[in-house]
Amino acid sequence: MGMTMTQKILAAHAGLPAVKAGDLIEAKLDLVLGNDVTTPVAVGVFDEAGFTKVFDKDKIAIVLDHYTPCKDIKSAQLCKTAREFASRFGITHCYDVGQAGIEHALLPEKGLVAPGECVIGADSHTCTYGALGAFSTGVGSTDMAAGMASGENWFKVPPAIKVTLIGKLRPHVSGKDVILHLIGRIGVDGALYKSLEFTGPGVAELTMDDRFTIANMAIEAGGKNGIFPVDEKTVEYVSGRVDRPWTAFEADPDAEYESEVVIDLDALEPTVSLPHLPSNTRTVDEVKGMSIDQVVIGSCTNGRISDLRIAAEILKGRKVAPGIRCIVIPATQAVSLQCLKEGLTEIFLEAGCVFSTPTCGPCLGGHMGCMAEGERAVATTNRNFVGRMGHTESEVVLASPAVAAASAVKGVLASPYDL
Amino acid sequence: MVTGKVFKYGDNVDTDVIIPARYLNAPSPAELAKHCMEDIDPDFAAAPHQGDIMVGGWNFGCGSSREHAPIAIQATGVSCVIAASFARIFYRNAINIGFPILECPEASEAIRSGDTVSVDFDSGVITDETTGETFRAVAFPPFINNIISHGGLLSYLKDKQGQ
Ligand code: SF4
Repeated sequence: MGMTMTQKILAAHAGLPAVKAGDLIEAKLDLVLGNDVTTPVAVGVFDEAGFTKVFDKDKIAIVLDHYTPCKDIKSAQLCKTAREFASRFGITHCYDVGQAGIEHALLPEKGLVAPGECVIGADSHTCTYGALGAFSTGVGSTDMAAGMASGENWFKVPPAIKVTLIGKLRPHVSGKDVILHLIGRIGVDGALYKSLEFTGPGVAELTMDDRFTIANMAIEAGGKNGIFPVDEKTVEYVSGRVDRPWTAFEADPDAEYESEVVIDLDALEPTVSLPHLPSNTRTVDEVKGMSIDQVVIGSCTNGRISDLRIAAEILKGRKVAPGIRCIVIPATQAVSLQCLKEGLTEIFLEAGCVFSTPTCGPCLGGHMGCMAEGERAVATTNRNFVGRMGHTESEVVLASPAVAAASAVKGVLASPYDL
Repeated sequence: MVTGKVFKYGDNVDTDVIIPARYLNAPSPAELAKHCMEDIDPDFAAAPHQGDIMVGGWNFGCGSSREHAPIAIQATGVSCVIAASFARIFYRNAINIGFPILECPEASEAIRSGDTVSVDFDSGVITDETTGETFRAVAFPPFINNIISHGGLLSYLKDKQGQ
């Protein structure tokens, strides 16, 4: 029986000729990631266990992104713990305010993840790097500590769901609509413990940023990882960023899949997830007109340059509707600079948005846009759980940058086609 | 072997419910325990739970990768969680900190809040003392047992590295 792409990467990192779904293996890691919330916990665990060295100071990334620039004394203490750990072991890739950005946008941008690599991160959206044809998955702080100490960790080899993409996205429809549609179809546990392996002719039609958005939300379907084949666009993306050798793995023709889902990209409409689960999807046309108080454009899902271009195109020459707070957050320092260069920042500010420094901010109700009781946001983030962006009686509607920007202009949940 | 009173919740209990993000910057287990489940069950957070058993439905612990979630539950004194299924990161985190969790759809369905339940970790047998029903949980593979018997992933690793 053949192997899926994920299974091949895991087998290679476990030094095994073959693995199958359900096998428990110990695999070598190419990168171990943590942020300002999870690293301090991992540091505590690492120190408590009495470890005195890290496996490789070049293969650990610490990104201070969640509550930075620090929103209060407690978060400042957390950052300090992470920072001190990084300097204690001479960690090469520690990104602080001024160089940082949201981890899952930053790492690919910096060339820290390459196709075929095996990456764990103490953050659930670590699955984002599957867009590059890498195996990457979110783990806990103990896993992070174990990974930093030993350069390996245990995995249960996942079975896979094959997601075949055909056709081409229409204007105003993007990667976010693809993944929301998929989660709506299979549910928040539709891919529990499994890989989502994307394939088919439609893949070539997606930009890298679309793929990052899609892989990012694999966890919202319960998935262990989401992964894309390596093609010309992937190679173009990593060239100039990654200078070490890497391997493109391909699924075997006879690889085993538990099920298959076919998505016709042509047929997709702008899609949103209503509170309080990402699987609670509707086309925007079914629910437009819903009242809103805030719009958030950013996060590791949709804070990349192409997302902000989409939002800026809609906001250009228009105004944010009265009574609506529109918060735009570039995912990284580089995206921020690019916005300045392309004049996007000016467009956002003239439209009446605020333009933030890179941070996770409101995505997890951290800072920069927490919501009060009874308020509702349209956000390009990835989770709309109870209380995610603030008060437990506040609500988040998940949407693409196009829908979010159109909603900011209209002052209610709106379709980009109606502008 | 543990015996305790059951606190039962539904499907898709997510990590924001188990421990809301607003408490993540206070990661002492005792502090986390005080806020465990408070958004959906303020009474749970208020009471001590030595030996109690938490029962959930499908996809327990979905959402964020935060290890604070199993830590918070463990710190309340709850001795184990039984669910129809667990979100994978929660499953991992629990094993890695040496907190027993059992997957058993039948038990998850039948057991009611307030029942007295006993669990034999060696055999995986779950007994609802209130109704007399017994269930068998999915047994841990040997590899996982090894990590748990070491009291968690790190002591296992240290043993292995001889550090
Ligand atoms: S942007 Fe949101 S989902 Fe992404 S890493 Fe930050 S808090 Fe997590």
